[in-house]
Amino acid sequence: MTMTVKTSEVLQIRVEGDVVMVRQRARAVAVEAGLGLVDVTKLVTATSELARNALIYGGGGTALIESLQEGIRKGVRLTFEDQGPGIADIDQAMTDGWTSGSGMGLGLSGAKRLSNEFEIISAPGQGTRVMIARWK
Amino acid sequence: MGDFLLVTIQVDMHDRLAMTLQDDLTTKISQTGAFGVLIDISALEIVDSFIGRMISNISSMSRVLDAQTVVVGMQPAVAITLVELGLTLPGVKTALDVEKGMALLRETMVVPESDDDDRQDI
Repeated sequence: MTMTVKTSEVLQIRVEGDVVMVRQRARAVAVEAGLGLVDVTKLVTATSELARNALIYGGGGTALIESLQEGIRKGVRLTFEDQGPGIADIDQAMTDGWTSGSGMGLGLSGAKRLSNEFEIISAPGQGTRVMIARWK
Repeated sequence: MGDFLLVTIQVDMHDRLAMTLQDDLTTKISQTGAFGVLIDISALEIVDSFIGRMISNISSMSRVLDAQTVVVGMQPAVAITLVELGLTLPGVKTALDVEKGMALLRETMVVPESDDDDRQDI
């Protein structure tokens, strides 16, 4: 079955206020796609963690928000990209409680648990790209 | 009611604002000598790891300043998400609404007397 992207928007993540903006847009797109309240809350919470990561660890970046349709199935996909230092050991970064900064170490692992699909691509000096999706 | 501070969070806070609230509230506890802090989060649509940590911090700091914190009004979807995220807010007292939160604070205010008894026993 083919998946089509119905809407798409790119938001900049440069300052803390942008993290708030990204979660508000993610919420609006998720509600529009017809996701239930718990699904919306999970997606927006994961979005908040990943947008903050892009800002704090990546030195800023972008969030791509897409609404998807696959047959009768609707979903929302977010892709966060930064040109920061990248992650050397992704397995370690995905471990609950592990942090390279001052956070709680739940951002990446928590975002994965809150999403139906999760993908991370990163290497030292190559920046970081994280994709999450949640379906109705 | 004069012994308690009531905080209602009504906006989607960015991180620095959350830190400011944490600092302001801790200062207020010290200034007023409040015995209890009630934080109403019924308007919050998400609690992520940052806000979760702020709530834990306020609870710990107030305890050190001899005040109890009760978080009230968490939306069910927020609670479900919080646990799946991996946050269980250990040591943070919660109640369903403001009324039950106030009742809980009043109850805990009676407790210090029995604490004194324990101390004398040692």
